[in-house]
Amino acid sequence: MNSSEKIHVVIEAGRTESTYWKDLWSYRELFFFLTWRDVLVRYKQTVFGVLWALLKPLLTMIVFVFIFGKLAKLPSDGLPYSILVLTGMLPWLFFATAFAEAGNSLVNNRNIISKIYFPRLIVPISSVMVSLLDLFISSLILIPLAIWFGVFPDARILLLPLFVLLAMGAAIGAGLLVASLNVKYRDFGYVLPFVIQFGMYISPVAYSTSILPEKWRLIYALNPMVGVINGFRWCLTGQNTPLYIDTVLVSICVVIVLLFSGIYYFRASEKSFADVI
Amino acid sequence: MTSIISIENLHKKYTLKHSKSNSSNSFRDEITTQAKNLFNTLKNPNQRKSNSPSDEEFWALNGINLEVKQGERLGIIGRNGAGKSTLLKVISRIIEPSKGRITLRGRVSSLLEVGTGFHPELSGRENIYLNGAILGMSKQEIASKFDEIVEFAEVEKFLDTPVKHYSSGMYVRLAFAVASSLDPEILIIDEVLAVGDARFQKKCLGKMEDASKSGRTILFVSHSMGTIASMCSRVVEISNGRIIADGSPSETILHYYTNGLASPAAITYNERHPGDEYIRFLSGSIKTEKSSTEGVFEIDISEKVIVEMTFEVLQDSEIDFVPNYNCYTADGVCAFYCHDTTKRKLKKGIYVSRCFIPANFLNATTYFVGLAVSSYFPIVRVHFYDESCLSFNVQDPLEGVSTRPDTGIPIPGAVRPYLNWDIRRV
Repeated sequence: MNSSEKIHVVIEAGRTESTYWKDLWSYRELFFFLTWRDVLVRYKQTVFGVLWALLKPLLTMIVFVFIFGKLAKLPSDGLPYSILVLTGMLPWLFFATAFAEAGNSLVNNRNIISKIYFPRLIVPISSVMVSLLDLFISSLILIPLAIWFGVFPDARILLLPLFVLLAMGAAIGAGLLVASLNVKYRDFGYVLPFVIQFGMYISPVAYSTSILPEKWRLIYALNPMVGVINGFRWCLTGQNTPLYIDTVLVSICVVIVLLFSGIYYFRASEKSFADVI
Repeated sequence: MTSIISIENLHKKYTLKHSKSNSSNSFRDEITTQAKNLFNTLKNPNQRKSNSPSDEEFWALNGINLEVKQGERLGIIGRNGAGKSTLLKVISRIIEPSKGRITLRGRVSSLLEVGTGFHPELSGRENIYLNGAILGMSKQEIASKFDEIVEFAEVEKFLDTPVKHYSSGMYVRLAFAVASSLDPEILIIDEVLAVGDARFQKKCLGKMEDASKSGRTILFVSHSMGTIASMCSRVVEISNGRIIADGSPSETILHYYTNGLASPAAITYNERHPGDEYIRFLSGSIKTEKSSTEGVFEIDISEKVIVEMTFEVLQDSEIDFVPNYNCYTADGVCAFYCHDTTKRKLKKGIYVSRCFIPANFLNATTYFVGLAVSSYFPIVRVHFYDESCLSFNVQDPLEGVSTRPDTGIPIPGAVRPYLNWDIRRV
């Protein structure tokens, strides 16, 4: 098979650095297999399987519509409140599960990491992919709601993948940081649920960005999910929804910074994963 | 021929933390420690910043140099914590060395633990693909070997059952089947043969033998000296992160057992003789008829072994002295015990006793002999007993051996006697 090609590997202190990205590419098949495993397990283990991916955003949406729409009577940019919440809920749930999965991925896969060599970056990134599938499935709830309320997206929906990518970048960047910290300090796993819960309230999930005073909006947008959620709403709900382009630009910058610092920190601590995990 | 693995001056350092609260891998503790350090620095700003004095460097590998040729089956032995597994982990790139270099001229696969990456919820079929990918096989490679794997593991009926419902035997068989279908130039194995029933172990050994016959290089770590002796063509012993012995399996295993002390095929006491007021032990040796003047360590399986001991009776008495010895295999199993069955009242003087172990009686392994003189009348008494004071290695040349069937596989057992058979048609 491979015996004809001359394989020549040199192992030295600090050597993995130089061949890292090449290795990452040559291990792409492992990436697909790990993703495939996570997907299989996700939809096998839970009795509800696919149903769960639909119920979670649906039930949360109903509660939020009741509290923020009916009781607090917050403005909704002219959208039905349930659509407003759902278009925020979908990207947020995607980010939250992806972030949590990535953050715990190294510890969850420690038996592989301590036994086999491969570029470790594969593990957190492949764990994010399952959440992507969840996002597709849970997006299906939007269809009956859109028909019911007559809110149809236009050509802007073609830009939606960009915002999905942005959310993914945020989840991977933050996830890499937490994943490496989690290997070293195991109690970081407990911080995750709190950060996620807290994050939901400082993101425009249950309300519209319009309720914020304009002077605070840019600081608010330092939370990268602000731009992502605004983008989702803009793409999915047709003409009248504002994009708040400034928040999107700030979010893009924050995601880039997050992604680079995540990869940098991950790469710096990666060498010792097998030693300490 | 060039080496397929070259290891030069390999080092691996670990820092041991001896902190008072021993759970230093929590973020809370880290913050507390940093805060304390900051506070101390503020208090004594002139103090030099240093690592905590309680940290200790530990060299798990401390200058390993090793050349392995293609097709060699190299066994690695050593006590727990000697650095064997660390070495294998560095070679399989799981951990990085701190210093030194390794050059590998071939694809490496490691079976550091069978079933790595098995997921209990997935079916046998799914796990074959997943595990294969984790071990470095491509999808086509796994697909082409799928039937072979299933057949080897004997799990056809349960292919679509989640492996959590497998018996532990099935689980291990499947895991080993996937792992052994790998086709690397260098195969790293760590203690995997300790699993499965005897029949399956035999199957595995056969598979590994095929692998080495087809020119693959095998690195094998095990605590079972019997398996090492029969599997490997060369064995190195590691102690404190260094190679302290390197040679044929029997030489190295012997070194391991004797900690590199004097040649144990013969032993002579010039002072501090073991013994009591009746008997003292002067010398002992393992001989053959061919070499009857000095001790021999390597003995062919078809040769008689002579266990000889010289002792001095210090006074005349009414005691029946019984020279005896026991014979242990390298795995620590007592192969047999044997004593002189004639009752002898030995007068004062020096005596030499010889016991003849017949040819084609012992198995091919290293034996350790403990010499003793006891008496059972008037009271039971051990005059001296020198445990494992001698050793010898029985060699099986594989061909022309009457106690070996027509196969090259290792034959189990503390002994492998040539006995009479009577078979008639009824």
